[in-house]
Amino acid sequence: MDREWPLRTLPAVNASAPLIELDGVSVRAGSVHILKDVDLVVPPGESVGVFGSNGAGKTTLLRLIATLIRPASGRGSVLGAGIGSEDRYAVRTRIGYIGHVPGLYPEMTLGENLVFVADARGIDRGEARKALGAVGLLGAFDRITDRCSHGMQRRAEFARVLMTGPDLLLLDEPHSALDSDAIELVDALVTRTVQRGGGAILVSHDRERVAGIATRTVEIIGGTIA
Amino acid sequence: MTGFWNQVVTVARRDLVRERRSGEVVWVTIPFGAIALLLIPLAIGTDAPMLQRIGPGMFWVVVMLFGVLIAIRQTNAETLAQRDQIALVGLDPAAVYVGRAAASFVLLLVFQAVVGVATLVLYDVAVTGIFVLPVTFIVVGAGLALLGTLAAGIVSSGSNATALVPLVVAPLSVPLLIGATQALEALEFGGSSLAWMLMMIVTVLVLAIAGVLTARPLQETG
Repeated sequence: MDREWPLRTLPAVNASAPLIELDGVSVRAGSVHILKDVDLVVPPGESVGVFGSNGAGKTTLLRLIATLIRPASGRGSVLGAGIGSEDRYAVRTRIGYIGHVPGLYPEMTLGENLVFVADARGIDRGEARKALGAVGLLGAFDRITDRCSHGMQRRAEFARVLMTGPDLLLLDEPHSALDSDAIELVDALVTRTVQRGGGAILVSHDRERVAGIATRTVEIIGGTIA
Repeated sequence: MTGFWNQVVTVARRDLVRERRSGEVVWVTIPFGAIALLLIPLAIGTDAPMLQRIGPGMFWVVVMLFGVLIAIRQTNAETLAQRDQIALVGLDPAAVYVGRAAASFVLLLVFQAVVGVATLVLYDVAVTGIFVLPVTFIVVGAGLALLGTLAAGIVSSGSNATALVPLVVAPLSVPLLIGATQALEALEFGGSSLAWMLMMIVTVLVLAIAGVLTARPLQETG
């Protein structure tokens, strides 16, 4: 793999309070409870594997922690910002979220997708090239995303996270569609983030693999953490 | 994080790159606009004086109808995963709104130029107001871009909001339609187009303010 690793050195995460604190949080879609009375505390330096069957609420939990949806009830904070408060906008740039569907623009090249994020965040454009190099995609920098395999698109998403260096990783099925080399990269990314005092939530069906990198695991059943 | 206008440029550049690759406006919307102009003479006959009389009005109607399609096209095509990433990348939603509108504005200018040439050819319209005409193109383009982007934000903010689009677009595009036709007609008859221009500029400002103020809530409810 054509990899430049590590990328720039990131500072230790300055957090003494929990990175994530959910207290009796519920999320509803109409009259249906997607999440119900969820309690979860993630201190700095911890990675949590979240397991559960289809429709259990795992992805909703990730999007809630990413501050992309607001709770119907309950209290909580992410990186010190209340999950329903105006403060949440300020902490979003410290979150690295990768959903199970790639959020890349299919008409743009992999490089353009990363440069877009670099420009938006004020990161040097050279970091986009370095990040793609780190995931073994430097040769595909100018390839249209729509012409890349699902696995390549997943790698490019990890490149985006590598480039932005978030304090909190939220990964939905992180090992899905990846080869062994890329899986190793994802595991290294989680380990690096945790070691510098950040945190990670790993939603997966692959218990064995996630249990290998998570510091603890939880089960979500019917929208509630058991 | 970069400044507001850098973010605007970043978003506009992204939208124009996407458009250049997909070719939706160039290969679909612009040809359809030109075909719409061609169908009218076929339907009502080749009465040259009448075509010359209705030509400018037809041009603006086509610009209004197809122009809004241009402006709302991209947000409709944006997936939930892409919207999530936009929310998390830290861009100011107001900058996203202005950037999208800026990209649409560029495309609308191209659309107006092509459809304008088609109108000249098909309707044999006399061009008046060499100075006012480009200004009208710019103001109408800006207004439609802002209006379409605002409408697209409303559409993507809720699954049941699609039906609201005509309610938002139709009344707010009327001042632009009336202003554009009346400004050029006033010139033709030796009058002043200033009042009509001001009406359109006020409309553009209202749309810009409304879009900027609602950008965050619309993004968050998407």
